[in-house]
Amino acid sequence: MNEQVKIDLDRAERTEKLQGMGCKRKRVEDIRFTQGKGSYVDDLKLPGMVFGDFVRSPHAHARIVSIDTSRAKAMPGVIAVLTAADLKPLGLHYMPTLAGDVQAVLAEEKVLFQNQEVAFVIAEDRYIASDATELVDVEYEALPCIVDPFKSMLPDAPILREDIKDKMTGAHGPRKHPNHIFEWQIGDKQATDDVFANAEVTIKEMLLDHRTHPSPLETCQSVASFDKVKGELTLWGTFQAPHVIRTVVSLISGLPEHKIHVIAPDIGGGFGNKVGAYAGYVCSVVGSIVLGVPVKWVEDRMENLSTTSFARDYHMTTELAATKEGKILGMRVHVLADHGAFDACADPSKWPAGFMNICTGSYDIPVAHLAVDGVYTNKASGGVAYRCSFRVTEAVFAIERAIEVLAQKLSMDSAELRMKNFIKAEQFPYQSALGWEYDSGNYHVAMQKAMDTIGYKQLRAEQAEKREAFKRGETRELMGIGISFFTEIVGAGPAKNCDILGIAMFDSAEIRIHPTGSVIARMGTKSQGQGHETTYAQIIATELGIPADDIMIEEGNTDTAPYGLGTYGSRSTPVAGAATAVAARKIKAKAQMIAAHMLEVHEGDLEWDIDRFRVKGLPEKFKTMKEIAWSAYNAPPPNMEPGLEAVNYYEPPNMTYPFGAYFCIMDIDVDTGVAKTRRFYALDDCGTRINPMIIEGQVHGGLTEAFACAMGQEIRYDEMGNVMGASFMDFFLPTAVETPKWETDFTVTPSPHHPIGAKGVGESPHVGGVPCFSNAVNDAYAFLGAGNIQMPHDAWRLWKVGERLGLHA
Amino acid sequence: MIPGTFAYHRPTTIGSAVALLIELGEDARPLAGGHSLIPLMKTRLASPEHLIDLAGIDGLSGIARSDDDIVIGAMTTQHSLIGSSLLSELAPIIRETSLMIADPQIRYKGTIGGNCANGDPGNDMPALMQCLNARYALTGNEGSREVLARDFYLGAYETALAAGEILTAVRIPVPAAGHGYAYEKLKRKVGDYATAAAAVMITMAGDTCMSVSIGLTNVAETPLWAEEAGRLLVGTKLDEGSVASAVAAAEAITDPASDMRGPADYRTKMAGVMLRRALERARSRATA
Repeated sequence: MNEQVKIDLDRAERTEKLQGMGCKRKRVEDIRFTQGKGSYVDDLKLPGMVFGDFVRSPHAHARIVSIDTSRAKAMPGVIAVLTAADLKPLGLHYMPTLAGDVQAVLAEEKVLFQNQEVAFVIAEDRYIASDATELVDVEYEALPCIVDPFKSMLPDAPILREDIKDKMTGAHGPRKHPNHIFEWQIGDKQATDDVFANAEVTIKEMLLDHRTHPSPLETCQSVASFDKVKGELTLWGTFQAPHVIRTVVSLISGLPEHKIHVIAPDIGGGFGNKVGAYAGYVCSVVGSIVLGVPVKWVEDRMENLSTTSFARDYHMTTELAATKEGKILGMRVHVLADHGAFDACADPSKWPAGFMNICTGSYDIPVAHLAVDGVYTNKASGGVAYRCSFRVTEAVFAIERAIEVLAQKLSMDSAELRMKNFIKAEQFPYQSALGWEYDSGNYHVAMQKAMDTIGYKQLRAEQAEKREAFKRGETRELMGIGISFFTEIVGAGPAKNCDILGIAMFDSAEIRIHPTGSVIARMGTKSQGQGHETTYAQIIATELGIPADDIMIEEGNTDTAPYGLGTYGSRSTPVAGAATAVAARKIKAKAQMIAAHMLEVHEGDLEWDIDRFRVKGLPEKFKTMKEIAWSAYNAPPPNMEPGLEAVNYYEPPNMTYPFGAYFCIMDIDVDTGVAKTRRFYALDDCGTRINPMIIEGQVHGGLTEAFACAMGQEIRYDEMGNVMGASFMDFFLPTAVETPKWETDFTVTPSPHHPIGAKGVGESPHVGGVPCFSNAVNDAYAFLGAGNIQMPHDAWRLWKVGERLGLHA
Repeated sequence: MIPGTFAYHRPTTIGSAVALLIELGEDARPLAGGHSLIPLMKTRLASPEHLIDLAGIDGLSGIARSDDDIVIGAMTTQHSLIGSSLLSELAPIIRETSLMIADPQIRYKGTIGGNCANGDPGNDMPALMQCLNARYALTGNEGSREVLARDFYLGAYETALAAGEILTAVRIPVPAAGHGYAYEKLKRKVGDYATAAAAVMITMAGDTCMSVSIGLTNVAETPLWAEEAGRLLVGTKLDEGSVASAVAAAEAITDPASDMRGPADYRTKMAGVMLRRALERARSRATA
């Protein structure tokens, strides 16, 4: 073996040992999860712990005439029953929402949606608590309700929010009606209107991103334990953002922040549902403060689906103006946003519609105008980002559906239309008409790769044949080809764009190397299943040359973790991942000084080599990071502080802009409306790839949720405001049997402003997947003149399309 | 999702189970596999104060031939139905239907007796039992009586079971050799109730239909035996015209609820589509 081969082999072996960035490291957290050894909030058992349960409103809109808790209080085992009357003197009957509104903790004079919290029963066990809720006698006087957001601002609409009816300026400016929350406008209206007035071709379509729910498998829950002697509160809960929860609890309870310990243990999925604050958290805290014993609150499935934050309910009237040749000239969007009874939209941007202004998508659209009106209805509150950055699924849905509508009007292939309008590689960084600076992209290459891989031309030829066969009556199946080319905006975010209640959206990492060269690192984010314990360790492994297996990642305890804004909006990698790299580089810089001292050379004479500093030109003279760690504590250079650790709070200079090209091939049985996904291909570009296996898992999960949303998942209300199907018996949560097989692929276009070039991936598949499925369905029926088919595309709705088109015998 | 308080009883003989049922009256419910009753209890749509678990009673499960009948004990699980070589040979439609009930975990617990006795219109076995012209053995304190599956269902969760009676066995006439069969079920996902489903048993002589029996699942408050639809097919060659009239006749007797599976008109039409497909598949399987 020659010398060079030996060196290469040695370097390969040392690199592999690190399990650093780019390798398919197995998820370390799965060792406990697959054995049922995770530790969730509901696993917590504390001495003397008692249990809370809610009395909920059967009405969507009603005045509370009286609440009589005497029968419940008389039940053996019942300790207390809280109502708004108990919370009001503490100023806690309302709590602030993340969107600048307030939300009732327990209803005071009125209930505004079905299952709204009216009273909180605390009992010795969970069963007694539940039994006693039936003994709280509430007298209601039913009021007319609003379910359809288009009726919210009618002159004679019943006023829903009497608590703010005289406050005609909301958190985001003037309100046009007592049921109006905000109006938000962005873009050049005049220029846009001018383009539309003179355009050769225009399209206009009301596109509905219907109301659904993130439905994590673990519901929302908390345990509050107040120590009356120390005056300290410990709060365990299902928090995607534990530090923010601590700050909010401090602000609303008056307890000093250092006397509040918020702990988010293992979390069984969040998808945006666990960002906000809920009545149950507040009531468990108040209960524990009043009673001096730990109070546990665990939501059941129906409560989770029917009361905690829903997602979407965005009614988007979308217009495009173009030339006859298909060059898009302008975009105009008006959104009617149904926020339910309170604006509890978990939106940390400075705008009430989040990043909806990414709706110009992947296209070079010269002018655009976006207006969003938020309204109240008698439905559960929320409007959270379900596996997406804030309103990005909505934005991408609007543009990707609109492109298809335009292609049809132009009689042009929609892939070709996209190619014609993509932002070109040389245009990055690209300034969009609605104010964003896209960091990097290479759209044409990604789209071409996707089209070549799936055999796009052949598929269109097959579809043309099938359409003819259908017309001749030889088949009852329709073939649809769905395309979506999305650009996301994630990694919230720069302080100029983002904050939560005034808290800037930085994130953090604190890395400490122990004398023996192993590591503990703590982050301000909080995994809910994303695999942070695996991937952050890989970043550190590559940056510092320490094997990932020797690095422990900790999150979720506000006493030990550095302050951070939590995990949602695909922000962990873009923000805390960057903080991790920067903190690691601080350590590396100190390590280099120590190594120079140990090797008795000048710092500048050293070079980094995988897991060590070596003397330039003398590769046999080196010190490994492990050796350096020992010296850092025990023999640091003179005048150097011992130890080897660093903290970084990272405020990103820009958002990151992952993108991807998705294709869905679908066959629809016109007689039943059942749609079968024959093939789904997802090409993602998330910049630098930290762990390809975790990326693939994220893409599989996100696509599965996209499939669910597009193909039948919904929270529906009847005209009385009764919530329909709020259990897994009715709510469409697909199993492995219904879920299509996913094909994944990638290109790599690193983010130029991120220390390791990573962009985030957890939400891309959801954002890109939803319109891809919807486009496949719409494409299948397009040749029959079906017009726009709204989501969700469950079987009965597609059958109704067939009925409308006269396709059934 | 938190049930009310109940007492749990585990008798070891059918006599003591019946005695308990009579003694405890309307507040007591027999418990078999629990996959209909327990979800109702968790949502407090049912709040029995006493559950009488039948699992401790010997002799309530098993599959055997007795002269011209197949006798299936009430506590026989769907998993056992699927694994039974006797059923695979004599009445394979039972296996086919059982495989479409929920998922394996549930089929390890769910029983034929519970599925038939609960009167839940979403259950699959009742319409199949009507299709097969099964008889239910009902045991009370005055002994046992038999009721035809076709007479047993009175409304949603309302059956011919008298107070204190327990469904102990299902008796199915052995189907004719060479019969064709099919159970077609439209559902949104594993574990969901049928949007609509159709069970078809058929015998053919050459290309002429000699007999046909049709059961429909979850398109009315009770399972439906589509007697008229069947009558319209006997003696025909199952030509398009006859099938269309049979489908129309079957659709005419449905009265489904509108729910998240779809509005009533859709579910009625799906009963028709399922019937049409079941007829086709059953005919292709008939060998006589």
